Amino acid sequence: MSSYLEANARQRIHALLDAGSFEEFLPPSLRIISPHLAQLDTPASFDDGVVIGSGLLQGRKVLAAAQEGGFMGGAVGEVHGAKLVGLLKRAINERVDGVILLLETGGVRLHEANAGLIAVSEVMRAVLDTRAANIPVIVLVGGANGCFGGMGIVACCANDILMSEEGRLAMSGPEVIETTHGVEEFDSRDRALVWRTSGGKHRYLLGDCSAVLPDDIAAFRQAAFETLMSYQNKSAELTLADLESEHDLLSQRVQEFGHFSEPMDIWSKLGVAEPAVLPMLEAQAFMQQVAGCRAGEES
Amino acid sequence: MKWQILALQLFPQGHDIVEHNYFLCGTAKVAEQTVAVIGTTGHTSIGVEIALAQANAILDTLRNFPARPIVILVDTQGQRLRYRDEMLGINRYMAHLGKCIDVARRRGHTVIGLVYDQALSGGFITSGLMADACYALPEAEIRVMGLAAMSRITKVPLERMTELAASNPVFAPGAENYLNMGGLEAIWDGDLEQCLARALQQADSIDHRSARGLERGGRKMSLPVTKLVLGTRDVLPT
Repeated sequence: MSSYLEANARQRIHALLDAGSFEEFLPPSLRIISPHLAQLDTPASFDDGVVIGSGLLQGRKVLAAAQEGGFMGGAVGEVHGAKLVGLLKRAINERVDGVILLLETGGVRLHEANAGLIAVSEVMRAVLDTRAANIPVIVLVGGANGCFGGMGIVACCANDILMSEEGRLAMSGPEVIETTHGVEEFDSRDRALVWRTSGGKHRYLLGDCSAVLPDDIAAFRQAAFETLMSYQNKSAELTLADLESEHDLLSQRVQEFGHFSEPMDIWSKLGVAEPAVLPMLEAQAFMQQVAGCRAGEES
Repeated sequence: MKWQILALQLFPQGHDIVEHNYFLCGTAKVAEQTVAVIGTTGHTSIGVEIALAQANAILDTLRNFPARPIVILVDTQGQRLRYRDEMLGINRYMAHLGKCIDVARRRGHTVIGLVYDQALSGGFITSGLMADACYALPEAEIRVMGLAAMSRITKVPLERMTELAASNPVFAPGAENYLNMGGLEAIWDGDLEQCLARALQQADSIDHRSARGLERGGRKMSLPVTKLVLGTRDVLPT
């Protein structure tokens, strides 16, 4: 077993795709770096924190990107964002079978905040352009930094999100909420609470990600392939009907769970018999335990 | 600017916009056509309810008024920073709003964003920044966060940040900076009704922001890097 969490971006993308098939675009040797960091005496990275390129996923032609959590928390700056936009546009030009985004990021890079914010918005539109061209975009979340801020929004623009239970998906980090409203609002040091709130299991039960996987690159690889293949007989395009059903799901979520303040109460309301045991379960046992309990799913 | 005053200036031919818990919704007349108007006011934070309310108004327009243009009035302090919103998955609610705007564009609704007061981070990328084109009033304040908070997080001294902010559009707050970087198509001045009518006429569905950022000098790397990835350009400009 090879941990997804512990691997860096380049290791993840190489291990996710067929051996030897990954070809990097704009590799570090080209030294395309952020034009903004030097003035703040902040070190730059030769790939600006994101690895992009093409490869094969069990023989299917895909484009892929992996954010490097080790460089500024995977945050999106001007160059980083432009690489993602270029990749998504290239996917349309080359009519590939899909785009796989390995997201690990805190969102907008504050050192170049305005450029980063606009870039994240461009990535959102590019994801939806790619889907409109009937090319599926699949997001993987399993890195230590989670997927936050504007990129937490981008993830929800993709066709599917696959997470490990260690992966986190949210908007504002717990530290930000604690700083704004105090430790009574959200204790960022309560790790169990943090994972119950933004971790893969809660997101799966709410219907925000389509699988909870073990922390193993091979498991991500298999699940990404199966997800990709599911688009052979359905469209990847976002339709008005998709939005209508998402609207129903999200409206119902506020109505049914809006008065709760503990994720376990939500799990219980969804019909999970022993919510307190869920955090302890391995991914596979979890998936079995909660079968039929997921929001928006006909049991 | 108060939304009521703005609405009178934008829509002198009349409107029926109402405010409900900081959410703005209604219709108005612009140059012989009816437009749908949605937005927020009072610098409200965007929580799950108001994101859903805006999405609902857009979906309603898509269902019942094909091709009707949509005007989004932006005044927000950004996403709501509460535990409950995070637990409920606020990022998906905000994405849902952004996706509704995107699908509106694709189905032939012209969408114009206008920052008339304040726009911040997550509240902005899923509203005004998803429009065909986004504009601002000269006094609008647009930012990701204030310089003091930014200095705390980046560990760059506030004095240095303030000094750099005066000459560099990349992290300093302000509508002008977003214009230079291509995030805004233009800043409106003078007759707002005419500005809006022109914007509705000029809108197209192409994302021009990185090209504008290059032309205006605020984001010189974005478009060249994108083109490099596309293989349509071999080297970066020096």
